Amino acid sequence: MSACDGCAGGTLATLPPPVPAIGLRQTTVALVGPPNSGKSTLFNRLTGMRQKVANFPGVTVEHHTGRVTLERDSEVVLVDLPGVYSLAPRSEDEQVTHDVLAGEMPGVAKPDAILLILDCTNLGRHLVLAAPILSLGIPTLVVLNMVDDLRKRGGEIDPAALAAQLGAPVALISAYTGEGVEKVSEFLNKTVAGKATRRAPAMQLPVLNDIPKCRAWAARVGTGADYRAPAPPVWTRRLDSVFLHPIAGPIIFLLVVCGVFLTIFYGADPLMKGLKSGVLISGAWLAQVLPPSPVRSLLLEGVWGGVGSVVVFLPQILLLFFFIALLEDSGYLARAALIADRTMSKFGLQGKSFIPLLSAYACAVPAIMATRTIENKRDRIATILIAPFMTCSARLPVYTLIIAAFIPNKPGAQAAALLGLYAAGFLAALATARVLKSTILKSTRTPFMLEMPAYRWPAWRSIGLRLVDRSVIFLKRAGTVILIGTVLLWVVAHLPLQDGHAPTVADSLAGTVGRTIEPVIKPLGFNWKIGIGLITSLAAREMIVGTLGTIYGMEGDEHSPGLQEALHKDLTMGGALALLIFFAFAMQCMSTMAVVRRETGGWKWPILQFTYMSGLAYICALIVNQTVSRLG
Amino acid sequence: MAAKPAAHRASGRSLADLRAGEHAVLDRLELPDDVARRLMELGFLPGHTVTPAHSAPGGDPRVFRVDGSEIALRRDTASHLLVRAS
Repeated sequence: MSACDGCAGGTLATLPPPVPAIGLRQTTVALVGPPNSGKSTLFNRLTGMRQKVANFPGVTVEHHTGRVTLERDSEVVLVDLPGVYSLAPRSEDEQVTHDVLAGEMPGVAKPDAILLILDCTNLGRHLVLAAPILSLGIPTLVVLNMVDDLRKRGGEIDPAALAAQLGAPVALISAYTGEGVEKVSEFLNKTVAGKATRRAPAMQLPVLNDIPKCRAWAARVGTGADYRAPAPPVWTRRLDSVFLHPIAGPIIFLLVVCGVFLTIFYGADPLMKGLKSGVLISGAWLAQVLPPSPVRSLLLEGVWGGVGSVVVFLPQILLLFFFIALLEDSGYLARAALIADRTMSKFGLQGKSFIPLLSAYACAVPAIMATRTIENKRDRIATILIAPFMTCSARLPVYTLIIAAFIPNKPGAQAAALLGLYAAGFLAALATARVLKSTILKSTRTPFMLEMPAYRWPAWRSIGLRLVDRSVIFLKRAGTVILIGTVLLWVVAHLPLQDGHAPTVADSLAGTVGRTIEPVIKPLGFNWKIGIGLITSLAAREMIVGTLGTIYGMEGDEHSPGLQEALHKDLTMGGALALLIFFAFAMQCMSTMAVVRRETGGWKWPILQFTYMSGLAYICALIVNQTVSRLG
Repeated sequence: MAAKPAAHRASGRSLADLRAGEHAVLDRLELPDDVARRLMELGFLPGHTVTPAHSAPGGDPRVFRVDGSEIALRRDTASHLLVRAS
């Protein structure tokens, strides 16, 4: 029934909304709450897998939307807004929350109702947010989360009295155990049926701009609802006296960091090898099945090669996301940031930069996504800008190949070279951070403030959903860029056709480009073949290995002795060391650039970053090659 | 915030001067308005009791218990949060 589709108001008020009309308009409900109120856990519980993540237009703030199916096949769209303490638009998060709720966000419908999630173990402080939310006049359900915790710790609240005070229904729930969540569904049903209403609150709302008055109002409301604050969390205090112990604390911190690091590298290794051989085997199978043609070549070398190089990183990325989610949800991440803060502050950064930088050792893409936990915008951008200096896994095949070919196989020499490259990247990151933070990204006045949430047993379902979510984003971002890159490279390596056949690499477009840039890279000790490798590695660093393999007509593998020997003929020691240094510093990664653009909301930072890193890589490689050739 | 008697200003004791476990009542925040507001949203309101707790190794930053939460601040921020002379 669509009789009322386009008609405006008028007689509608006298008619009850016809039941079939429900499906015609999407009902939108916004989820609002302070950070650490359990918003995402509730969101995941309500929507499950039926969610997607997107950025609001024009800003870098991300939001999740999900669908909830209700009675009689009706549906609501849930929008998970960023965690905020107030609606005064001072940060980007608050601006977004304010704009969405006020119906001023382009492309997002003004919500029909609000779920206000508050942590009832800390009701006095969290209720402050109720004042600006209730004054919006939108039907609101006040969801008091973590009621299991409240009871366990001897706290109390009378939801009926609180509802009367606020003039809004109140639900006591535990998003973690699922207790009381049906009351949220009931409210959503009412909203769809257009029966969610607002009453005038018994207690007049305070002047919103005056925080002390708002806090006093919240205290009065709490008292009126017989709120008894819970006893301090005993377990959190006990755990903190270990995790933040002056001696045990840093030791545990180092153990956790090393544990995460080793698991990412060694734990993921068998899986990565398995996937790699899976890609190889399926590629070989495809090669047999398909008749020889340019299409087969494109499919195998372009598409399959591209998919392979992305998929191989997935185990590492998944493990990394799993650890980040685990640390975040358990509450340890805040303690780790606290312990790391002092060291990080020496380089102008802060404790929260630590985890993203650690993640960057696996891959800069998830690391840059992980910087979202840093509220201070300048600190966040500084972290994003230095993250690609960390030695990511994609550099390892290049390092392995060159080190095996050029560094004498004496005990320790090869390991020392590898360690030196890790150190070079790390030092470049710290030096860059220092420069950035004392020049263009000088800290704003927002100082370091970090809330220590109570320790909690992680909600596995929620972690699982987040893993899926993040991995899909990773595959989409990194995957599309690398796939496009490999296909493009295939094209330039196979054109122009000569007598209907693909040319040799030397005569291809890629070869022409390689020779064109040769004068520029000659001072670094690189010839045109390495030049082609540098260009292909723009899509993803490890691609230079396969490219060199193709050029020399050898197996494109970092352990291939043939390839190592072939390189020996074309590179001097100076050139080889220069190549290593070049890869340590250059931003040879389109996926990273794409993510930086998305996370910083424009091309300014990724272009600056690319120019700076390439410039640094060029100059350092030049110095290395010139010095070594003169000494040798 | 209403002006406080000069006696408090003269004492000039801040959160950074408190020993771990010592209770003190927050008097005022000598910080730019936006920073002060952010801290007040986290519970650092004049009149609230603040108790220093654990810290990172070396004593900076330190966790403060205030208004039912635990918030970590760096020493240079804490030194601008003045407490009432008791």
